[in-house]
Amino acid sequence: MASFVARGFLRFDAAAPAEINDQFMAEAGEIRGPEEGLELRRVYGETLAAAAIPETPAGMPLSEVYPSGSALSKLLDLPLVRGVLQSLLGPDPVFDHHFLHVTFPPAYHTGANVSQHTHQDSTIDPRVAFDVQLMYFPHPVSREMGGTRFVPGTHLRKVSEVAVGRYQNIKGQQHMACEAGTLLFLHHGVWHGGGVNLSDRTRTMFKIRMRASGPQSRRWDVSDLETPARRRPIFFLKSRPTAGSVETILTTPEPWFEQDTGRLEYVNRIKLWRYLTDDPTYDADFWLTRLESVEA
Amino acid sequence: MATAPAQSPRQKVMVLYLANSALDSPVIAWAVYDGTGEKLHMAGDADEAPYPTGLAALEGGWRLFQASQLLPHPRGEEFDLAYLKYEFFFEQLTPVTP
Repeated sequence: MASFVARGFLRFDAAAPAEINDQFMAEAGEIRGPEEGLELRRVYGETLAAAAIPETPAGMPLSEVYPSGSALSKLLDLPLVRGVLQSLLGPDPVFDHHFLHVTFPPAYHTGANVSQHTHQDSTIDPRVAFDVQLMYFPHPVSREMGGTRFVPGTHLRKVSEVAVGRYQNIKGQQHMACEAGTLLFLHHGVWHGGGVNLSDRTRTMFKIRMRASGPQSRRWDVSDLETPARRRPIFFLKSRPTAGSVETILTTPEPWFEQDTGRLEYVNRIKLWRYLTDDPTYDADFWLTRLESVEA
Repeated sequence: MATAPAQSPRQKVMVLYLANSALDSPVIAWAVYDGTGEKLHMAGDADEAPYPTGLAALEGGWRLFQASQLLPHPRGEEFDLAYLKYEFFFEQLTPVTP
């Protein structure tokens, strides 16, 4: 959980079995091949129309969106998926929207074949609470096929959708080259974009956005969650800090962190950890305590 | 005697985002836009920065033409983070035959 707070994602490789992946690809349907004069928009529209995936209004209980026995119903019923959603959102998540993302190889393009600009989904979102976006990769994805690109640790930045499109490359960016059945759970604020497909086949990714139906505090197994009895020493250290502690995880920088605002990222991570643990006094080291001391 | 076709300059723009306001601080993000049409750069096309620092870009022949300002932090919003702060625009002018 601390890693999700710090980096904004959880990745599980080959988490869905072949049976679900194959069923999903069948339900998503065949994608028409490239033809002279055939517009990509038309291919996309036909693909969405033919897919055996329901059109669903926002705000429905997630448990009512996918018909029993469908691939997506089975996917959401996997113990891993249930556990992640329970931990991040609590019981009874609410459906926001879903989308079948298809990225087309060069043969389909009459204009430039380019990657999607980096963006944060939806709008400026000032909440501490967060939605979860599940990205499901139902077939193997090679680097040549593009893969979804995302930048760990960007989720706490309050930006306006594709206003960040100017940043073509960010140090530490990751590309989802992965096995079939890989799942990526993202905090809604993580900056991401579709990679350009330079292979000879289409690439499919299915995304579901969900929100909590109530407070998100202490929804995961907190039985081993302990507040350290004593603060650890900082800066002047004679050995490396304890790896894996919440404090270490929340104060580990990403490669793209600016030297000054990287410290503000720690502050914002600590605030999110306070929200999730329902502990308004928690601090990692002295970052917030220093600021909250009695005013002079 | 035949005359060579006239050439006119095209701009290549490189945007570097640095780790602090010093031009010799490390590059953390970057973008390249090539007005010569020679190469189409795009999001996610390079995981390694073209230069380690802004100063290295100057040494590589790029001309700096814009740098972001340092602005005070509005009261009450001191911890709100949004866009990358240390943005430096560079250019190279390359003659091309239209």
